[in-house]
Amino acid sequence: MAMMRDMIPGFELFQPADIDDAVELLDRHGSDAWVLAGGLDSFDWFKDRIKRPKAVIELGAIGELTGIRETDDGGLEIGAMTSLADVAAHPAIRERFGLLADAAGLVATPQIRNQGTLGGNLCQDTRCWYYRSGWPCYRAGGNTCYAAAPQAMNREHCVLGASRCVAVNPADTAPAVVALDAKMVIRSRGGERVVDADDFFIGPAIDITRMTVLEPGDLLTSVRIPADWANATFYFEKVRDRVAWDFALVSVASALKVEGGTIRDVRLAVNGVAPYPMRLDMVEQAVVGQRQSEEVAANAGIMAIQRARPLRHNDYKVPLMRNLVRRALRETA
Amino acid sequence: MAEKTIGRDIVPPDLVAKITGRARYAEDFRAEGMVFAKMLLSPMPHARVRRIDASEALRMEGVLGVLTAEDVPEVSTPSEPILTMEPVYEGEPILAVAAVDEATAAEAVERIVVDLEPLPFALDPLLSLRPDGPDARLEGNIYHIDDDVREMRTHKWAAADFDGAPEGRLPMGEPAFDWSIGDVAAGLEQADGIVEETLIHQSLTHHPMEPRSCMAYWQNGKLHVHVSTQSAARCRASLAGMLDMDMEDLVVVAEFCGGGFGSKITAHPTMAMTALLSQKVGRPVMLRVTRYEENYIGRARPGFQAWAKMGFRSDGRMTGLDLYIVQDQGPYGRSGDAFTAATVASLTYQPEHMRFRGVSVFTNTPPRSAQRAPGGAQIIGMLEPLVDKAARELGMDRVAIRRLNAPASDGWVGPNKGSLTSAYPKEALDKAAEIFGWEERIARSGQTNGTRVTGIGVGLSPFVGGSTGFDGLLVIRPDGKLYVHQGIGNLGTHSIADTARAASDLLDLAWEDVVVVWGDSARHQPWSSVQAGSQTIHAHTRANHAAATQAKRKLQEIAARDLGGSPNAYEVGDGRIFQRSNPGRGMTLARAAERAIELGGAYDGHELDEDLHAMTRASATALAGTGLVSAAKDTYPHDGSTWSWVVGMAEVAIDTETGALEIMEFTGVADCGTVVHPRSLAAQIHGGCIQGFGIARSQKWVYDPKWGVPFAKRFYTARPPGILDVPLSPRWGALDIPDPQTPVGARGIGEPPVGAGSAAITSAVADALGGECLCRTPLTTDVILAAIEGTEKPYRPLETHV
Repeated sequence: MAMMRDMIPGFELFQPADIDDAVELLDRHGSDAWVLAGGLDSFDWFKDRIKRPKAVIELGAIGELTGIRETDDGGLEIGAMTSLADVAAHPAIRERFGLLADAAGLVATPQIRNQGTLGGNLCQDTRCWYYRSGWPCYRAGGNTCYAAAPQAMNREHCVLGASRCVAVNPADTAPAVVALDAKMVIRSRGGERVVDADDFFIGPAIDITRMTVLEPGDLLTSVRIPADWANATFYFEKVRDRVAWDFALVSVASALKVEGGTIRDVRLAVNGVAPYPMRLDMVEQAVVGQRQSEEVAANAGIMAIQRARPLRHNDYKVPLMRNLVRRALRETA
Repeated sequence: MAEKTIGRDIVPPDLVAKITGRARYAEDFRAEGMVFAKMLLSPMPHARVRRIDASEALRMEGVLGVLTAEDVPEVSTPSEPILTMEPVYEGEPILAVAAVDEATAAEAVERIVVDLEPLPFALDPLLSLRPDGPDARLEGNIYHIDDDVREMRTHKWAAADFDGAPEGRLPMGEPAFDWSIGDVAAGLEQADGIVEETLIHQSLTHHPMEPRSCMAYWQNGKLHVHVSTQSAARCRASLAGMLDMDMEDLVVVAEFCGGGFGSKITAHPTMAMTALLSQKVGRPVMLRVTRYEENYIGRARPGFQAWAKMGFRSDGRMTGLDLYIVQDQGPYGRSGDAFTAATVASLTYQPEHMRFRGVSVFTNTPPRSAQRAPGGAQIIGMLEPLVDKAARELGMDRVAIRRLNAPASDGWVGPNKGSLTSAYPKEALDKAAEIFGWEERIARSGQTNGTRVTGIGVGLSPFVGGSTGFDGLLVIRPDGKLYVHQGIGNLGTHSIADTARAASDLLDLAWEDVVVVWGDSARHQPWSSVQAGSQTIHAHTRANHAAATQAKRKLQEIAARDLGGSPNAYEVGDGRIFQRSNPGRGMTLARAAERAIELGGAYDGHELDEDLHAMTRASATALAGTGLVSAAKDTYPHDGSTWSWVVGMAEVAIDTETGALEIMEFTGVADCGTVVHPRSLAAQIHGGCIQGFGIARSQKWVYDPKWGVPFAKRFYTARPPGILDVPLSPRWGALDIPDPQTPVGARGIGEPPVGAGSAAITSAVADALGGECLCRTPLTTDVILAAIEGTEKPYRPLETHV
């Protein structure tokens, strides 16, 4: 009943030194465990006393989770605990996969980018303020969505992909990894599995209480960026109310391969519009083989919003998404 | 002769402590046996507490006690209690727990059972004014004040008053207060052009960097508190009043304050809460207020739902101004914002005829208080785009129309058409136009570059800049230094140092020989103005000037007594008092201080002026015998009211495909009398204008209207501006024309920049949108984009907290 906030309750802290130990701890504590990376999402939950894990497994001591290395296929593998600042500044990422560097460089503030990690940014929970205020909504295990109610305050909420829950994915790097066809490397007691970025993020229709495929016992260890999109033409834009320390209202990430003015291949993802970073594969299919032009870009924007259903306060997201998709395909020309 | 300090940059005495981290703020203090407090905040916007069961919490190890409304002084409606059994906003403190540490206190709070009966609540003043609308308070929805009556009342309008509301026209039923100058109908009748708009201004939390933490303990019947307050001496007086105790039994330590913006003017209920909890548990108690709690209890600027109609002659002169303000009062008190807004509008535009009507309606939202330019910042940010609209219709330059209507020193202000000490807004507009390059930039108005369109904006913003009648207290000690005792606060504005310069310059002392004594009431403070309302530079250069004049007179008398001749034959300079005609004949101030002690009486503070305030008298008496003591009241003549001005000019770029707004350039120019401290003045102009940017473009509350609870409770959701939201190199200037009615010539400057910053942006955004005034703040990305795209707006007509 009482609203006690800003005071972290006690928990047992584990600081494993390698991935095996971390996975062992996660297995042992199951749903009582909480994975702590940079803490930007976790500490908000802890301070608000809404999430009260018994065991917190802090990853800072695991050296193998940090760093960026070249892979045999000419891509990169980025440890999940690599800071967003390092991702944004890394020469190989900037040179070949600038889309991800741009996205990471627009997260929150310089301070948060120093502390926050790529894995943490990708795995973070939604910022729906009903849910984050501890309301017993669907996502919290309840049986309603307060944000979709007729009078609800849902300016930041979704226009696509809703299924009971209308929260959006807040991660700036998520549409970038989707557009780069990244592979998410996950470890558990059962071993390693690799999931396509596009499949990593899940909507409420699949599981309303989770943002990703990660289940208790799972640990995201790295993000592999294949060589496929190296040096493609990229576009990333994040629209927000303040220039720093703000989540995206809508963001767009695109990778294009253009030959002689013709779009040979494209990846296009938008975030802030759905409970997951939304890859616009229909739009991709529609523009491949077309000559890059203002008209193609404009039509792509219109196509992107065809199924959009705004809530009470977020009509603006529809033209914003349309315009960003247009820009993503146009301004790279 | 020592170099005069007024007009040049100095190193303030608190600077090194601040930048090295040595400065101790309220929550940095510790006392033996100290325990921690946590508050239980209401989870409902309005409720009755039927029962509190703290038995389980009190059985917990480490829990020392619980303070409830039963333990605190009662107050009468609509004053704010320290703790309550009828919370009237979500987040209102119901009780406080003391425990050995915060973790235990927090857990104890969660184990306390509070049985709440929900009561009707109101978030939106206009909904409360509807015939069947809810009242925020059981006693009514307005506090009526007239000559004979002060009482809570239920104020409702007729259903027909709301006929235009669906189209966004402000309903204007029976006002609760009004005033007129001339005949506004006649004024509007004479106009060649009319502009008329409904205007919505948000409520917003003050959010100083330092929350209002407090530590309190009792020793031998004396209460010691370490607090975060804007005004040291006045905080002590008001806390003594709140606790009904003798001021002599209260030691207030307030050396540093991490900002207040009007939310910490004097004592705050949390100070009394901490003191009473300490008394109850018999231990020093520390209450560390968190950002989340600060959002609720940290005060807020009242929002306005307003309507304005302005008439202009073809030459641009304003013939009539008709203004209606529905003020969001929050749950307590009676804010002056709406009244000040009308006064500020009258001053800024000098309308030939004016009518002001208003009503201040209680809501179940956090308590309101003055926020940096209370009323002024709101009305200037709202009205300036309308002046632009008129200028466009009349084919006038937007600076020219402001210049035409702005007052000169013979202008007037408010319903009684009071006079001004001096006013140079026309000159400030000229100087701002020159620095900003108005003529060149205005040519870019509406031009597009790719998807970005340029807007040029201007805001002219006055606010009161000074009070009179306070005391100065100085001691020249046998070490030859001048000790300036300050009862004002150390809010970060350098006032403690800058007002002392009036004394040191008059006594011709090098700044190195000046010791500023501040912040701890045990170190003897004079009766002082509140550090609010931009009062201090005016009030306390006067008070210190008066005290220094008295000190000089005493020095002259001592010198004449010892060295012969007439007192008037002696001059001060370079740390000495000497004969003007024979500078070799004199003595050091150190020696004069020794002589003052030997002579006693009036010279060393054993005899004091009759007109001093009791606080000054007590402080001077405590200092008696320590040197040449000078305590004097500011009795300098002062006719009319004192106002300062800031002109803000901005160039913005709006991305027409995203609604993103970037402030490209900004210039702020002040008319605040004599410039005392250039670097500090620049900080005030820039800081205030940036606060105004936040009002104009991002900062707000969000409330769920069904449940009555807020969401924008922390920095990232409340969205005050960050440094990256500000142009890299904003420019500034000041007229540096002394005000003739105050000895140093300086007027206050804290407040007027806020309206200038806000208005420059609201004006520039309207300009970028081709002259379309969106007439609401904040102008967030979605609001701008919806206007450009013509899609459904992200707010409903007249809607607040969205």
